[in-house]
Amino acid sequence: MTDWAIEFDDVWKSYPSYSHVKGGLKHFIFNLPSVVRRSRLANENGNGNAALSALKGVSFNVKRGEATGIIGRNGAGKSTVLGLIAGVMRPTSGRVKVNGRIAPLLELGAGFHPDLSGLENIVLNGVILGLSKAQVRRRMDEIVEFSGLADMIYQPVRTYSTGMSARLGFSVVAHLDPELLLIDEVLGVGDIDFQKRSLDKIRDFKKKGTTIVFVSHSLSDVNMICDTAIWLKGHELSMKGASEVVTRAYIDESG
Amino acid sequence: MKLTNQRIERLKDLIVELTKKEMKVRYKRSYLGYLWSVLNPLTLALIFFFAFKVVMKVGIEDYPLFLIAGLFPWQFLSNSVNAGVMAFVSNASLIKKTSFPREAIIYSIILSELIHFILSLPVIVVFLLIYGGFPTWWWLPGLVVLVVAQSLLISGIALAVASVNLFFRDLERIVSILLNLLFYATPIVYSMRIMPEGTGKMMLINPLAPLILSYQQLFLEGTLNMEYSAIAALWGIIFFLSGRLVYARLEWRLAEAL
Repeated sequence: MTDWAIEFDDVWKSYPSYSHVKGGLKHFIFNLPSVVRRSRLANENGNGNAALSALKGVSFNVKRGEATGIIGRNGAGKSTVLGLIAGVMRPTSGRVKVNGRIAPLLELGAGFHPDLSGLENIVLNGVILGLSKAQVRRRMDEIVEFSGLADMIYQPVRTYSTGMSARLGFSVVAHLDPELLLIDEVLGVGDIDFQKRSLDKIRDFKKKGTTIVFVSHSLSDVNMICDTAIWLKGHELSMKGASEVVTRAYIDESG
Repeated sequence: MKLTNQRIERLKDLIVELTKKEMKVRYKRSYLGYLWSVLNPLTLALIFFFAFKVVMKVGIEDYPLFLIAGLFPWQFLSNSVNAGVMAFVSNASLIKKTSFPREAIIYSIILSELIHFILSLPVIVVFLLIYGGFPTWWWLPGLVVLVVAQSLLISGIALAVASVNLFFRDLERIVSILLNLLFYATPIVYSMRIMPEGTGKMMLINPLAPLILSYQQLFLEGTLNMEYSAIAALWGIIFFLSGRLVYARLEWRLAEAL
């Protein structure tokens, strides 16, 4: 067992620009040799012309049980970092190591189907996020209770407000019992009462020793939840350290 | 990727839940529900009956029954492939955000289409009875073999086209054209017997032909063609393994292509 929950070691990530295939069939056929060569090149050394860099040599570690905030402007690479941690993509070069069960909290309710009821969506979402059916069934009452949706839980999700479906999504994730919690800018939705309960729940997780990665534009939330913070600037790591220090520096620069 | 017990358990739970979703969503807001999955091939059968029997007087006995014996399995294939090609595109948010095994989406589509196919079998039986036939005990082992072979074949195609479609969106159109071609290249609306001498054997290059021919023989004559069903099973395995290979090579890039 290592002490690190997350290790990023000189991580580069570039997205091959898929324009060579998106350019259409005519382009594809008439330029076949160069298209193939270019796409191979883009795959091999991700920093070729055809690729868009999202992360350039980012290294950081997150300790087990630590809460880390990731801040930075839009497009700085925050979501890419989360995607790499969640394991939905791989780095172009460098090493990403994650120890522990992950519960992604990216875009709440992403997997909800509008025509299914809240209850049916809980089962579906729970299984997709890694619970077994039996586990979902055992936690069902708690999840419904926490969502505060009461009888609305039997209605199709399409009848829910944005805040309500976010609440349901958070309730599922909050009951996954993860070792590593990824939170992507989600506390903005939902009413004040639910925001407060969500923050309480996140603090509960912290107390239980869950590692938390929190991406947010709300610096006060970052300071409230996180011990440390990472500032991404132009696809590179600009600063890491205690969250107050990093957010202060970020504010100073943004003026 | 190692297939540990835990991984298999997880895949099973996922497939079951996703299939339930498919089934529920399809019928949730419709009045005729199940009838729709039968009405579509029946309408097709009616059209072909009119065009080829009434107008063009094709010389195939019990033509409506013959049509249905081929059209229902065809519908299983074409529905699955059409849904399969869009499977990853239409689940973009899930694929970008969570790291569950994506192939579960494909298998759940195939499984729900398979259930529809099985539910439509009584219609075939009704037509068979109308034309004075009767299901034989061959139906049971025969259907198991053919349905498994077809599911493998379709899964392979769906895995490949769903993955490649993310990188090459034109594939959606290409697939729908190819399906059209495949339909007429397969003895569904015509039989091998009315083909010109020598061209009949050529039909067998088509990987779908032995499967459809086996279905027709099973439904119409009540016997299982060992040769054709063995070839069909072999094609099924080949298609599944190749499709799975394409998917496995692209799997980790799916999220970034969306």
